[in-house]
Amino acid sequence: MDLSSVYRAEYGRCVATLTRLLGDIGLAEEAVQDAFAVALEKWEVLPPNPGGWIVTTARNRAVDRFRREATREERHVHALLLHQPDDRPEEVGPVRDDQLRLIFTCSHPALSPSARTALTLRLLGGLEVPEIARAYLVPEATISQRIVRAKKKIRDAAIPYRVPGEAELPDRLPPVLTVLYLIFNEGYAASTGPLLRTDLSGEAVRLARALADLMPDEPEVLGLLALLLLTEARRAARVGPSGELVTLAEQDRTLWNGELIAEGHELVRRCLRRDRPGPYQIQAAINAVHTDGPATDWPQVLALYDQLVAHTPTPIVALNRAVALAEVHGPAAALSVVEDLDIPGYHLLPATRADLLARLGRTDEARAAYDEAAALAGNHTERAFLLGRRARLGER
Amino acid sequence: MRYMMSVLNDESVPPPTGADRDASLARVGVVNDEMQAKGIWVFGGGLRPSDSATVVRVQDGATTMTDGPFAETKEQLGGFWVIEVADLDEALSWAQKCAEACWGPIEVRPFDGLSQS
Repeated sequence: MDLSSVYRAEYGRCVATLTRLLGDIGLAEEAVQDAFAVALEKWEVLPPNPGGWIVTTARNRAVDRFRREATREERHVHALLLHQPDDRPEEVGPVRDDQLRLIFTCSHPALSPSARTALTLRLLGGLEVPEIARAYLVPEATISQRIVRAKKKIRDAAIPYRVPGEAELPDRLPPVLTVLYLIFNEGYAASTGPLLRTDLSGEAVRLARALADLMPDEPEVLGLLALLLLTEARRAARVGPSGELVTLAEQDRTLWNGELIAEGHELVRRCLRRDRPGPYQIQAAINAVHTDGPATDWPQVLALYDQLVAHTPTPIVALNRAVALAEVHGPAAALSVVEDLDIPGYHLLPATRADLLARLGRTDEARAAYDEAAALAGNHTERAFLLGRRARLGER
Repeated sequence: MRYMMSVLNDESVPPPTGADRDASLARVGVVNDEMQAKGIWVFGGGLRPSDSATVVRVQDGATTMTDGPFAETKEQLGGFWVIEVADLDEALSWAQKCAEACWGPIEVRPFDGLSQS
């Protein structure tokens, strides 16, 4: 029996439900960990509803703990807390709404952005502090401190444990989507160290699926899931046999995951039918075009980037649009756009400029731009790719 | 939960005068009325500029007083509200109204609940 996969699957949902029952995230985590420790001893075969078993056990352990440790006065408070009339039957196990509440609490705008991702991975993903620290290549103490501080602020400042109302959703949903997107990206194109830290991307996809399941009527949630799936689908083709980066045009399309692509395309179609476009839906649509048929329909990609620039007028979006512009209107048109952009420290700006210069036969300038890009690249794989490109410059 | 919402004034910028000042006071008045109507208003008020402040220290039984604010920073406490609401989300939505009314940032902090009456 594989308890660790049960732990991964059930941890977040159980903590979410226990947080509602006990009114405190720290107590909820403790109780759930206690329950898993009991499970480790007692389970010989998997019970029919492992999540329900964990929630019931965690709750009983928490009550025992209160009885043992509480003063007389506190005991009355806890007794009230644990027997509220709105309690659902314990057999139900983790409650879906609880998970949604916890997602919004973890991404609350009153928490720092770095704490939001760490807290989401810890509480909802069930990742341990050392795993998160390894994934982000920061010391364990840093992650641990972020999580402790965030939990303290949730408690001290009374950050509520609830799903925001319809009116607040436009402000409160984007930070949730950002957290999932950043977790995915960190795993997909690790900013430092080896490329493809697949655990994080897989976790982001899992959480995005859960969110899409909980909020099926929010097109941006579906858009985010579609974007992650369509990106994830190309993972196997993105890196070659010796660990080198392979560009989209050169990827072996037979390595793409057809199931994920089909699922992503279906989600994009659902979004189109709803006709409430947003930045994630547009990015998903761009990726749907890239993964549709034997070659990319660049004019359509460019049209989508025009839409995206209108929604999200950032220099990075403008840079990506320039790549499509080069395919449709040629490298000179794209270069004049790229030369006006300023994105300090972002290696893909000089990398794109280098590629456009090379296509225009301005080899010396291209070489200098590749050098600039390689110096800024955060991981070895990307640096090797850029230097490889630079070495091949004369061959064209 | 009880929260303090502090108004942070940039004192390097001259305070509004005349009609601007009246308009600002009127906006704050509207927010105050709304808070009182909702029953969440505990206390609040604007402060004179920080050059009117005096800092009192007692050390080893000796009292010293210094003229001016405790911290010589550009942003100084310009006023505050104390409100009693359910949770941080509610406090933050009031803080948005206050920030709009005062044209400045508002710091929201929970009371520790240990020494309030």
